Amino acid sequence: MTGTVLAQGADIQTPHIEYGQIAPILVVLGVAVVGVLVEAFVGRRQRYAVQVPLAFAGLVAAFGWTLWLGFHEKPWHVAAEGALGVDGPTLFIQGTILILAVLALLLIAERRSPAFTAQASALPGSEAEQETAAAGHVQTEVFPLLLFAVGGMVMFPAAADLLTMFVALEVMSLPLYLLCGLARRRRLLSQEAAVKYFLLGAFSSAFFLYGTALLYGYAGSVRLSAIYQALGRDVGSETLLLGGVALLSVGLLFKLGAVPFHMWKPDVYQGAPTPITALMASCVVVAAAGGLLRVYYVALANLKWDWRPAMWAVAIITMVAGAVIAITQTDIKRMLAYSSIAHAGFILTGIVATSPDGLSGTLFYLAAYGFASIGAFAVITMVRDTGGEAGHLSRWAGLGRRSPVTASVFAFFLLAFAGIPLTSGFTGKFAVFKAAVESGATPLVIVGVVASAVAAFFYVRVIVVMFFSEPEADGPTVVVAPATAAAVALGLAATVVLGVLPQPVLDMAGHAASQMFVR
Amino acid sequence: MTDFPWLSVLIALPLVGAVAVALLPRGRDALAKQTAFAVSVVVAVLAVVMATGFDTGGARFQFTETHWWIKQFGVHWALGVDGVALVLVLLSVILVPLVILASWTDADRSGGVDVPPKRSVKTYFALILALEAAMVGVFAATDVFLFYVFFEAMLIPVYFIIGSYGGAQRSYAAVKFLLYSLFGGLLMLVSVIWLYPLSARPASKGGLGEGTFLFTELNTMHVDPTTAKWLFLGFFVAFAIKAPMVPVHTWLPDAAQQSPTGALVLIVGVLDKVGTYGMLRFCLELFPGAAKWATPVVLALAVVSVLYGAILAIGQVDLKRLVAYTSVSHFGFIVLGIFAMTTAGQSGAALYMVNHGFATGALFLLVGFMIVRRKSARISDFGGLQKKAPVLAGLFLVAGLAGLSLPGLSPFVSEFMVLSGTFTRYRVPAIIATAGVVLAAIYILWMYQRTMNGPAGEGTEGILDLSAREKWAVAPIIAVIVVMGFYPQPVLNVINPSVHHTLARLDRPDPRPDVTGNVAENGARP
Repeated sequence: MTGTVLAQGADIQTPHIEYGQIAPILVVLGVAVVGVLVEAFVGRRQRYAVQVPLAFAGLVAAFGWTLWLGFHEKPWHVAAEGALGVDGPTLFIQGTILILAVLALLLIAERRSPAFTAQASALPGSEAEQETAAAGHVQTEVFPLLLFAVGGMVMFPAAADLLTMFVALEVMSLPLYLLCGLARRRRLLSQEAAVKYFLLGAFSSAFFLYGTALLYGYAGSVRLSAIYQALGRDVGSETLLLGGVALLSVGLLFKLGAVPFHMWKPDVYQGAPTPITALMASCVVVAAAGGLLRVYYVALANLKWDWRPAMWAVAIITMVAGAVIAITQTDIKRMLAYSSIAHAGFILTGIVATSPDGLSGTLFYLAAYGFASIGAFAVITMVRDTGGEAGHLSRWAGLGRRSPVTASVFAFFLLAFAGIPLTSGFTGKFAVFKAAVESGATPLVIVGVVASAVAAFFYVRVIVVMFFSEPEADGPTVVVAPATAAAVALGLAATVVLGVLPQPVLDMAGHAASQMFVR
Repeated sequence: MTDFPWLSVLIALPLVGAVAVALLPRGRDALAKQTAFAVSVVVAVLAVVMATGFDTGGARFQFTETHWWIKQFGVHWALGVDGVALVLVLLSVILVPLVILASWTDADRSGGVDVPPKRSVKTYFALILALEAAMVGVFAATDVFLFYVFFEAMLIPVYFIIGSYGGAQRSYAAVKFLLYSLFGGLLMLVSVIWLYPLSARPASKGGLGEGTFLFTELNTMHVDPTTAKWLFLGFFVAFAIKAPMVPVHTWLPDAAQQSPTGALVLIVGVLDKVGTYGMLRFCLELFPGAAKWATPVVLALAVVSVLYGAILAIGQVDLKRLVAYTSVSHFGFIVLGIFAMTTAGQSGAALYMVNHGFATGALFLLVGFMIVRRKSARISDFGGLQKKAPVLAGLFLVAGLAGLSLPGLSPFVSEFMVLSGTFTRYRVPAIIATAGVVLAAIYILWMYQRTMNGPAGEGTEGILDLSAREKWAVAPIIAVIVVMGFYPQPVLNVINPSVHHTLARLDRPDPRPDVTGNVAENGARP
């Protein structure tokens, strides 16, 4: 009896996991788990002092490991029994997410002007809220939550089958929903944002899952490579295929914030604590674009002629709607939310190119946009008046006279968003537009250029408000907190370097994209 | 000596100066002005020294430097000047110190002549120097991508100068200027990007086998006619906005009215030349076929610009707007000369760019001095200034006469060359455009009459004549105008070889008038 069980047991092979190659994901998630234990076992006073270095160490170690893999580990292949792809583009995306997460962590860890509520469970406006705030409590759960989210993000573009991808999507999204509701000021707005994000996010997850089910019905597998092969054989029901692709795309485009799945973005970006907005505008966009790239370039490469027209349409309305609606915004965070929608359109322009050039252009764009976004939102956290951040555009009047350096830095980020030469934004736009032209998508590029011109209008309007209008008597003050300032400085440095001397990073992106994704 | 990176230094030096001036401590305004002036003088001297080494019989592009910048995009840091570019670089670097001298106190009283809100003085001069770096770069770039970068980078300092130091409507004017230019620039960007895949085609398909933006390689490339027309349009619209030509000229009067005078000299004198320079260099040489295809429309627009600009100039009540409209008219002449595609026309147009830069620069500076004195730009607020300020009036008359192309002053030579060069191929446009010369006499002399002659206007009592600083700012320009009016040959010698290159690329030899006066167009056209 025992013998037969043992004999059968010998037949079951233990899964072969390449721990070394998926270590960045494991490190981030592992540190997140340790973070939860810290919450349980370390005293309230010491938690902040333990959590912050721990989170930094985790992210930096993961980043370092990703770099090492990028330079040493070859050839690329699908690891962990077909669950995770380890290849150039994935490592580039993971590295980008991790370094951007380090910058976001700088903002989140800022103590001089805290962005997070002292205790999330205290009702807004209640005595408990005042007590916890007066006691100087800090909601240190933010750090493990952040690491879980980042863990999901680095897993998302690596996922080589749709179920792994779904798990990653949820690991990434759930902590984000929570983090969105933790703002210290205007808590109701923040909680509203969290609920909206959660409901719409859950809805889009359902779409993703439904699409996965239909694709399973078509290909008999959720593996991206199996779907690719099924497409090559051209067997199975076309209804299942097209329905599945459409639903899956809804889920993916929702995370990227492409029109018409962008509704959540302005509300959530505005309501969420600004450091979390910075995280979403950079890391989440990178991760979402990474997942999109993998699904379309790996599983659906043979279906190119069917999805490209649809993607053209989405890219066009995303660029145009994002740029046009942004003009009417008066809240600076909402404006940047619509700007982020427009940029999602530019990113799609690169994805549509379906070439190594398009891939490398998109990768570069993601890095460039991520750094500028974090920098811009970091500046927003610095401009404060009595009620917290000065969100309304009119409050920024005359900032250029009050604190010229801050205003100039913000203006520089805006010029980068607008794509003015010698900023990273221009190099990125040039890279994706060049790839799009090469792949014959010139009309798309013309729309993109016109959208850029429209977008330039509202970026420039902020500069006008900051520099050319008279300052108000009771205008906001600029609070220069050390960690935030460091994040701004790093974002600025990256934006300048990627604009003036982009060659090394372009080389890295080109090298990463040269063999495309593994199947 | 020949290996010395002249052009890079001419770009880097003002940029370093700009940073240095910006970093000076607050309150050291005088030092900021002196530093800016010193830097610009050094740059001007260096440029003149460089120019003496220019060999008119040598290679087309001289003082060249070529280094990889962004290999992935095929982009080089490639600089070099031919004759046309050289004279425009010289124009820029000579105007800048004079502008700094002339606007010594402009920033102190910026924000309208009446109530001066205090603005950072050092920033104004830092921005002027940054603009100088971009101006040298834009003329010296021989890589299309690099040209585009400088083309756009130029906008930023100008935008901040108009927006921060301009008149009452400054932010409207600044945004209008930026959006017009940016829109044109982005259209050009599409064309620039498109050049890359075209040049990356294998040589058998007309490409160069390798993606590149080097002008000297791109101008040997074959582009199929339909594509070339689109690319041409992308470049041309951007340059037409910049130049500015009717119907996309409307940003200029607003920018001119609101801009501080010193910066205005650079905007109209140099920045706008980038438009006409771009047409001559990029539109014509990269897409010769498309340029010929577009010629009728362009000539028509040019003639309309000449007349429309002149007629509107007559009707203006604001001095700066008036001079701005005269420039629209003059740019019409320049475009006419470029697209006439004859040696005389194009040499004249290139010479016109330089002459117009000096003549209009002087006119704007003097108008600026008048406005500062009267605290108003309305023509009707002046009158009888000649008696109060004879030197100002005299210089104003000379600059004005240069503006209407009086023989003996430099613009006459170029205007005559443009018109005669156009006449040999396109008679009707040349004849109509000549009417612009008559209109010029009206707007200039009438302006002079209303401001300088007649009874002294109300509020002009305390007006003083030019100070020594102001004289020193204008005198060199007037001297150049007079000297080049009598002896333009050295400049033409520099310009002509590069014009020959352009015409060779266009494959359009000059028509020879026969005995009866009919134009023989290569035997093809009567």
